[in-house]
Amino acid sequence: MSSSAVATSELALLRAHAGRPWVETLHEWVTTVDHKKLGLMYIGYALLFLLIGGIEAAIIRIQLAIPHNSFVSPQVFNRLFTMHGTTMIFFVAMPILFGFANYLVPLMIGARDMAFPRLNAWSFWTTALGGLTLYFSFVGGDGLYGAGSAPDVGWWAYAPLTSTAFSKGHSTDYWTIALLVSGFGSIGTAINIFTTILCKRCPGMKLGKMPLLAWLNLVMSGMVLLAISPLTAAQIMLMIDRYLGGHFFDTQAGGSAVIWMHFFWVFGHPEVYILIIPGFAFASEIIPVFSRKAIFGYPVMVGASVGIAFLSMSVWAHHLFTIGMPSYSNAFFVLTSMAVGVPTGIKIFNWLGTMWGGKIRFDTAMLFSIGFLVQFLIAGLTGIMLAVAPFDWQLNNSYFVVAHFHYVIVGGLLFTIFAAFYYWYPKMVGRMLGDTLGKWHFWLFLIGFHLTFDFMHVPGVLGMPRRIYTYEPGRGWEIWNLLVTVGAFFQALGVLCFVINLIKSYFRGAPAGNDPWDAWTLEWSTSSPPPAYNFATIPEVKSRRPLWDIKHPEDPDWKYE
Amino acid sequence: MLAPTPETVSTLPSAGRVGMLSLIVAESAIFTIFVVAYLYYIGKSLSGPTPRQVLEIPIFNTICLLSSSVTIHLAVKALRNGQRAAFRAFWIATTVLGATFLLGTGREWRRLIYADGFTIQTNLFGTTYYSLVGLHAFHVSVGLLALTIVLALTLAGSVTREHSERCDVLAMYWHFVDAVWVVVFSVVYIIGR
Repeated sequence: MSSSAVATSELALLRAHAGRPWVETLHEWVTTVDHKKLGLMYIGYALLFLLIGGIEAAIIRIQLAIPHNSFVSPQVFNRLFTMHGTTMIFFVAMPILFGFANYLVPLMIGARDMAFPRLNAWSFWTTALGGLTLYFSFVGGDGLYGAGSAPDVGWWAYAPLTSTAFSKGHSTDYWTIALLVSGFGSIGTAINIFTTILCKRCPGMKLGKMPLLAWLNLVMSGMVLLAISPLTAAQIMLMIDRYLGGHFFDTQAGGSAVIWMHFFWVFGHPEVYILIIPGFAFASEIIPVFSRKAIFGYPVMVGASVGIAFLSMSVWAHHLFTIGMPSYSNAFFVLTSMAVGVPTGIKIFNWLGTMWGGKIRFDTAMLFSIGFLVQFLIAGLTGIMLAVAPFDWQLNNSYFVVAHFHYVIVGGLLFTIFAAFYYWYPKMVGRMLGDTLGKWHFWLFLIGFHLTFDFMHVPGVLGMPRRIYTYEPGRGWEIWNLLVTVGAFFQALGVLCFVINLIKSYFRGAPAGNDPWDAWTLEWSTSSPPPAYNFATIPEVKSRRPLWDIKHPEDPDWKYE
Repeated sequence: MLAPTPETVSTLPSAGRVGMLSLIVAESAIFTIFVVAYLYYIGKSLSGPTPRQVLEIPIFNTICLLSSSVTIHLAVKALRNGQRAAFRAFWIATTVLGATFLLGTGREWRRLIYADGFTIQTNLFGTTYYSLVGLHAFHVSVGLLALTIVLALTLAGSVTREHSERCDVLAMYWHFVDAVWVVVFSVVYIIGR
């Protein structure tokens, strides 16, 4: 990267921002169909909801810090854990992953945009509407009865709690509509990503030459098509019950509350993999670059990802062990749930194999990736414990489960998302994220994470149920809950460093150049940020690391692949 | 980077087709859940009426919808060969057959609601019946809307051979709606009755 090119891209940046009326800029963003702008809007929108969901979590933790606390009322507490869960899954994790997929997939496969740019814009605005609908419930949820406010039925909204008899007002309807609408957006984006990867690859990029990020997003979008749709169907049924007087989940008319659980978890469990697979995608791009080695076992990584997707469709009823199922159902779901551990283990070994013997650079992105590796392993191990039906009978709906899935989603997914920010922010903004603040962010968040979620397992084992508003002293839960709350504030400090870093680096960060990490995939071959058309000429690739081939013409990868 | 050389150029599938196939996969998953609910709730209603008491098998309707799959196939084939008059005739036939089906469903519902007093609130059978058949009828309506738009463009003379692939993508959706009807028909009128 020559200094003149840096100057040119900076000049372009300046020209883009100087002297334009803000209405024009706003109009450009609102009407855009560019995958990069939509990707950034997805990410910005998700970060906003991350702060909201984080504040909700902090209030929950303050309430639970000491026994007999009354920081919030029980009603508010119910709304908080419902909104926290719904927000974090549907309006933080999904949009942020779609945002990165939107931004990166066309760049990494050498395309100029997504397959359906207008569908892309529609999907984003639909998802945005979903989030706004959910939060409008604080204002409009009272309804005609004057009852309710924000939804308070838990993020999985079991029947018959969601029936009109038990959920008066419109709070549950806002929840339903928000998920329905954002579900349409998710399906639209999934169709788009899937089609883009299959139909828009640049010359030479056969499926086996794609970056793993593209492969994993292909798998993820296929899973969204299969798993979000059942949720959509279940939400339609719930609306029929609530608005038209139907009986799908009305036990008094012969309906079944258990069938809602099945429909919800047929969505709910694959959803966990829909979230973590893009996390795998980030790790699979970052770990090789910072280990200075090509990814170890590429075909096996692809196979394991497809295997995880396939198996994850048949594990949902491990959420229902305590509901009561025939023993052969229990046995089936125990075995499938444990079987997921095999391809996941293969992936962990492959990442370790990539690092093994590499010249590892401990930049912030790599630190977060290593954190992910360790924590995701532990999360997987508690997952296998919970997959054992009798163990689950003992600990289901306890804080052990809460600790387990937060270990997956925070310790696994969120760490890779932070890694992705440190890795791709220079590409998106043209400036590096500060490394000192990044290290503060990493260590504060790591300490906070382990304080919170390591110790959260203990009250679970000691019998503390999830979703309780407060608890009696003298059960041995106090010290653990206090530590968990202290950890939450360390995490908040870490996120504060992150937010300051994002803003500060936008204005003052060191210019990034095209390829700050000496990386190998196509997004680093264009300027930072990339022009609207991405590539002046559509690239042609011969191996999985096209930039390596250019940088090392004497030893190109395609000779060995 | 280099210009594409013959050995690296590979033909990629059409985005329209892959996109429509993805939508069909997602829609199939939605219908699967409704079909599972229907099958699970067969015979579980706590009060009448039962399917046998109120449902009549819509044979004419079914013939209309299934034959519309044939006509749309012939229409797209004609357009691909540049026979625009044949395309127009088959496309009109498809639209009319689809509309006839929807009208038939409307008449069936009208009879059930006004003559038999059987609604979505009556019992579990009512809930699942109107939901599943209604979800399908909704998809027919969306398809019919698309068919009508293409019909209007055809009558305005602006649909030509180069649009045959787009019409084919729409035809894929229409075939899907027909295939779903085969499942819905089997579940509601044969297994459930």
